[in-house]
Amino acid sequence: MNEFLRRLLFLPPQRSTIAAEIDHLHYLVITITMIGATLVAAIGGYFLIRYRRRKDPDGRPNATSGTRSALKAEAAVLVVLGALFLWLWWIGYRQYMRLAIPPEESLDVYVTGKKWMWKFAYPHGAASVSEMYVPAGRPVRLIMTSRDVIHSFFVPDFRIKQDVVPGRYTTAWFEAVQPGTYEILCTEYCGTEHSYMRGHVVALGPEDYARWLKSDDALQPREPRAALDERIERGGPPLPVQMQLGETTMARRGERAAAEHGCLRCHTLDGSRHIGPTFGGLYGQKVPLEGGGEALVDEAFITASIMDPAAVIHRGFAPVMPSYLGRLEPAEVAGIVELIRSLRLVRPAPGALEEGIRSFETLEEQAR
Amino acid sequence: MSDAQAQDEHAPEAGHEADYLRADGGLRGWLLTIDHKRIGIMFYGLVLLFLLLGGLFAMILRAELITPEPTLIQADTYNRMFTLHGVIMVWLFMIPSIPNVFGNFLLPLMLGAKDLAFPRLNLASLYVFALGALVTLGGAVAGGADTGWTFYAPYSTTTPTAVVPIVTGIFILGVSSIMTGLNFIVTTHTMRAEGMTWTRVPLFVWAIYATSVIILFATPVLGMSITLVGIDHIYHFGIFDPALGGDPVLFQHIFWFYSHPAVYIMILPAMGVISEVVSTFCQKPPASYMAIFISSLGIAFVGFFTWGHHMFVAGMSTFDAGVFGALSMFVAIFSAIKVFTWVATMYRGSIRFSTPMLYFLFFLFLFVFGGMTGVAVATQSLDVHWHDTYFVVAHFHFIMVGATLTGFLAAAHYWFPKMFGRMYSERMGLLTSAAVFAGFFLTFFPQFLLGNAGMPRRYYAYPERFQWLNALSSGGSFLLGGALLLTLVNLLVALRWGRKATPNPWDSRGFEWETATMPIKHNFAVPPRIQRGPYDYHLTEEEAHARVSPG
Repeated sequence: MNEFLRRLLFLPPQRSTIAAEIDHLHYLVITITMIGATLVAAIGGYFLIRYRRRKDPDGRPNATSGTRSALKAEAAVLVVLGALFLWLWWIGYRQYMRLAIPPEESLDVYVTGKKWMWKFAYPHGAASVSEMYVPAGRPVRLIMTSRDVIHSFFVPDFRIKQDVVPGRYTTAWFEAVQPGTYEILCTEYCGTEHSYMRGHVVALGPEDYARWLKSDDALQPREPRAALDERIERGGPPLPVQMQLGETTMARRGERAAAEHGCLRCHTLDGSRHIGPTFGGLYGQKVPLEGGGEALVDEAFITASIMDPAAVIHRGFAPVMPSYLGRLEPAEVAGIVELIRSLRLVRPAPGALEEGIRSFETLEEQAR
Repeated sequence: MSDAQAQDEHAPEAGHEADYLRADGGLRGWLLTIDHKRIGIMFYGLVLLFLLLGGLFAMILRAELITPEPTLIQADTYNRMFTLHGVIMVWLFMIPSIPNVFGNFLLPLMLGAKDLAFPRLNLASLYVFALGALVTLGGAVAGGADTGWTFYAPYSTTTPTAVVPIVTGIFILGVSSIMTGLNFIVTTHTMRAEGMTWTRVPLFVWAIYATSVIILFATPVLGMSITLVGIDHIYHFGIFDPALGGDPVLFQHIFWFYSHPAVYIMILPAMGVISEVVSTFCQKPPASYMAIFISSLGIAFVGFFTWGHHMFVAGMSTFDAGVFGALSMFVAIFSAIKVFTWVATMYRGSIRFSTPMLYFLFFLFLFVFGGMTGVAVATQSLDVHWHDTYFVVAHFHFIMVGATLTGFLAAAHYWFPKMFGRMYSERMGLLTSAAVFAGFFLTFFPQFLLGNAGMPRRYYAYPERFQWLNALSSGGSFLLGGALLLTLVNLLVALRWGRKATPNPWDSRGFEWETATMPIKHNFAVPPRIQRGPYDYHLTEEEAHARVSPG
């Protein structure tokens, strides 16, 4: 039945753990709405024939507008309809929540959209263009951003879609049920080559995935496929440098970026107290905020704090950090996030997350 | 009753005073007229021109989409064309179509007034509209924009194409909308004839009134959002551009705050037309006057709180998305009230099968079918798959275009005798309306399936597996284009060679039919006094006429 309805409605194959469930709601909604629409059409058609105009029967065809009982029936139908629609909404909303919240044990992939290609970076240091390599049978969380305009990441076979917005990070997740190659389409209009901003999710079986993890060429961006070669620029230059520096993980790259951009002048890596909150042991903490409330330090909080530091201030620290919006590459931000995550087991020095050193002057005083 | 007798009884003025078309001859008499009927006719000409232009672009797009790889036009040309197609159809055809043409022409006639409250403002709105159209199309000639009619930032603020003239044109068109809307509201409040209580106001007027209220509240927000896009584009203020510290999602919020209610700006007038048509051709009052007018206002109200359903995958919080999803369902409830009331009106009626009635049936089908797919896209997890695919394209064409267009065509046929004093060929009318429907269905039904299969919108090249459905859709669009041309020809032929219309060819009880056909310049020789409702089919035609008589 599932397969019959899926093909009848031209839906793509169900290749993620959530696709079949969503399709079942789809069948339900389509059946209910089409029965409703057909009923209305049938009743209209019946009335049209049953009450067609006869040769002027008495000149005064219709004395009253209708009947009170008809209105009561209508009101009853409306209540039922309202309940039905809200029920559909409730099922849809619960599924939407499932789509929005990645499982705990997900593997992360950093996705960057740019005109007109998809780039992927993996926590162990590899990178690829157009083709994303993931293990089948394991949830994968996508942490996505764009370098230019809004794109949208759509994999029809997985029934997932998420806009990829510049200056923000959005997430999506999926779990491929079987190894295979699944098409990625960009669904937010992004200019001339929008139609060709396609790619593939390559879900690998356990052995293939293990081999891919180990292979050296995984660390190089894959050469774009021939059909796309003119549209896609080659992978960015940092990789040879990265190789030279012996950077094999994103956290390493993040450390270099943090040093280059001056992050480490205020944030320490070893958990000691400084001007800004230490990165050591910061990830996963609930930190108090200036003006009340608290925030969980996660990917979203970290990226938001890099882009717009003044928006939310960690209580006890001076609002002195400049915005890094537009000054960091998405891959560098992803690297810094990975860096902070990799330091989550470091134990911060007592007080290091409560209060920062207020200024460089006090710092110098202390030194004296 | 012979024609001559009817003339005698219903329009004694007709002999003494020339009708509005012949009253003041000459170009000057037209260009400087403050007669709402002439202004309506001039709007009629303009919106038809834009319908043809927008349709032409659509057919070029569809021709390109017959094959998966580019053949006819370049990618950039394609992108400019779908932008223009959207801009022209939304702001130059659908929004002004029914209110500015039929609203202008009929509102005073239905209310028993001799003109709108501000006749000069009405003329000004025509010229402002023409200026807006000129600037918009000028922008198109000067290179056009490639942003899509939604102008999503930061693409729209960074593209080198002519975004600024086009948003300027749309801004000016918005000013014209506001002028017309304000005029209609004030007219409804202050110009009703003696004896016309609020519950005697015809449903078409209620629909136009509700539309005008939405125009007044929503259009300034549109003006603001596109002005900000223009400013960002010229001066790089970075309001919406994250590279400069702006927020692109903010644009979507303010854009849809206007553009979702704009859907109701397009469809409510069509619903008003349908309410009149169904009552006239069933010779029966609407099953519930109150249900129709309350649901019009209900849609106008709820429509302001559902814009977020355009942004379920834009990265908004799941809580907000849930609230917007639930609220969206209420629009479906109000729409269902209308549908039930129209169908119930047919019950025990005396139904005359004619072209406007056929358009009513097509309207009903497209509206119910399209509306049901609206419930489907408001179901959030399904929308994740459908968002920005052809499913959405098909959905909004069914409901917004299908319903507006069938409403517009129903009005064009139903009020044709009133406006031009002649009858069109009924047989051709039935034939062309069936062809319009067939073309429409064939164009857009395959697009639902394309969307299910996952074809994104705004693609000029697509994976090959989508081809045959696309070819089917393109075939349908050519049928639709041909059918619309044939409809136009039928009406143009009737304009010249049609049989002379009797004063009330459909035996309607609507107040507009109580004026001479065609109306004289000032509508009524003596201001009328209304002593009945607009749908009093329990009265014979003579009794009904006697209760609208002067004195």
